[in-house]
Amino acid sequence: MWLIKMAWKNMWRNRNRTVITMAAIFFAVILSVITSSLKTGIFDNLVKNVVSFYTGYVQVHKQGYWSEQILDNSFDTSGNIENKILSTETVSQIAPRLESFALASSKDITKGCLIVGIDPQKENDITRLKSKLIEGNYLKNSDPGVLLSEGLAKRLQLIPGDTIVLISQGFHGATAAGKYRIQGILKFGSPELNDKALFMPLPLAQDLFSAYGMITSYVLSLKNPKLLEQTAQSIRSAIGSDYEVMTWKQMMPEIQQHIATDSNNMQAVQALLYLLISFGIFSTLLMLMVERKFEMGMLVAVGMKKIKLAILLLIESILTVISGCVLGILVSIPLVYYLNKHPIRLGGETAKIYERFGFEAIFPTSTNIEIFISQGIIVLVIGLILSLYPVYKTIRLNPVAAMKK
Amino acid sequence: MDTVIDAHNISKIYNPDTIPVYAVNNVHLHLQKGEFTALVGPSGSGKTTLLNLIGGLDKTDTGNIFINGIDITKLSAGRLIDFRLHNIGFVFQSFNLIPVLTAKENVEFIMQLQGIKKSEREKRIYPLFKQIGLEDKMNSRPSQLSGGQQQRVAVARALASKPQFVLADEPTANLDSKSASNLLDIMALLNKEENMTFIFSTHDQRVIERARRVITLVDGKVESDTAVVDTSVLHETEK
Repeated sequence: MWLIKMAWKNMWRNRNRTVITMAAIFFAVILSVITSSLKTGIFDNLVKNVVSFYTGYVQVHKQGYWSEQILDNSFDTSGNIENKILSTETVSQIAPRLESFALASSKDITKGCLIVGIDPQKENDITRLKSKLIEGNYLKNSDPGVLLSEGLAKRLQLIPGDTIVLISQGFHGATAAGKYRIQGILKFGSPELNDKALFMPLPLAQDLFSAYGMITSYVLSLKNPKLLEQTAQSIRSAIGSDYEVMTWKQMMPEIQQHIATDSNNMQAVQALLYLLISFGIFSTLLMLMVERKFEMGMLVAVGMKKIKLAILLLIESILTVISGCVLGILVSIPLVYYLNKHPIRLGGETAKIYERFGFEAIFPTSTNIEIFISQGIIVLVIGLILSLYPVYKTIRLNPVAAMKK
Repeated sequence: MDTVIDAHNISKIYNPDTIPVYAVNNVHLHLQKGEFTALVGPSGSGKTTLLNLIGGLDKTDTGNIFINGIDITKLSAGRLIDFRLHNIGFVFQSFNLIPVLTAKENVEFIMQLQGIKKSEREKRIYPLFKQIGLEDKMNSRPSQLSGGQQQRVAVARALASKPQFVLADEPTANLDSKSASNLLDIMALLNKEENMTFIFSTHDQRVIERARRVITLVDGKVESDTAVVDTSVLHETEK
């Protein structure tokens, strides 16, 4: 106990030096926490945007559908599969889809399009489809109409109230053809969807494709996206091997790759920060060793064991690092929460570009407690590792040489 | 009388492989309990080196040093630190008190290293400060004390561990005449009343005059070893 008291007193013998070191750690922790929480927040937001855009966090298909996306790989919903999926605790919402391709015509213009049969209410709960409506009215399950993506509508020169003709191949090779009234126009950030998507109520799509009671996928949203893999695994166990359960990471590996690349870049920035912290702490330790070399020699001369002296110096370093760390974390908590509630918002052209691709032009921070803890621990470990320098010097200390002036 | 230090044939050689310098050259030393001895000699004569060897701070190149019958040249570095803590008191030229501790804490610190209980420490501290005449300065920081007062605290610290002897390396070098005289009075008193053994390295004529044995070193060798008659004792006897 007296060693701790003495270390605390030693810490303040050169008040300016200690304050400068603590300030270096303090600001480094704040920067490190904010960088880390921004990184996590931005990626979480990116995933949320991408996932809520169309794919959902998890999709369930008939085994083999993802590699061969044809109607013959659809499955019957009359079983208990939806209930089984919903019984998984972490699943919050589920929306069925029947997806296929068709030729869409208007007068003498024809274009390939993606037909998506949906439950309008459930779909909106997951992908906020209604918010993409720029003209006309949103669908109800019983409506006979369809929603067209903006690009497709432009290409076919159609507006709400017009009729579109669809021709395709239905379930098990049946002929699929029909004409539908356009009920509204949707605008998507993704050019791919914006140029070719057509949404219609699920019963209407099933009727078009003669796929009664069939769907190609269930799109799921989760209560806690962090439990993505566990949820997928639970669903797999619940519904068996006739179905494939895919996470967004499997369906969109390019997004996962993008996050990994960006994450690496962020980590490089953080590594630079840690390097700065290391220099700050190490320079203090160097000064400390030079300044107190004589005293250390004296302490060993009068009978203080080197290991005890090393522990004393270690406690001093730890106290300095912990103080800077704790203060940094305490100050970063309200900052991170503020930036979470009032995220950095891009403006001007950049914001427009983001929005054009369906992303919110904001950079929120993540308030995940793990970020604060992990950054605190990282800085503490850096401090501890660097504190081994005075320990090493002390173990090798020669009292006579140390006391020579 | 009990033998406290018995050094045989001790040498300390610097640069043994190139141009050897004999800092201490084949010195024999025998000190009894209660001696008040001054090591004198010109700069570079080996006084401090000899003190360092006797104090177990430095390793001899040849010879043995027995302290209370234990050959300290055979002790490991760790055991030597422990040995110093329990057997040798040190007073350095530049006081060397720990600046963040009060005078009392500086003295108590040695006892804490020895693992002495608080109640026992408390019992010992006040008499020590009374002996050095600083009982009213116990709670002062070193920076609040004069050089002489700091050196008296250093003496109290050296005595706190109840050592076999005290090694003092030029203890009066940084003190004015009055402070030096005061310090010497205290050490002489401790020597007389507690039979504490003191060995000084010094240039200071005031210290040499108070010593009862003067060992003169030149080029690392003992040139003379003179016992000084304690005139005050003679004076008292005559009375």
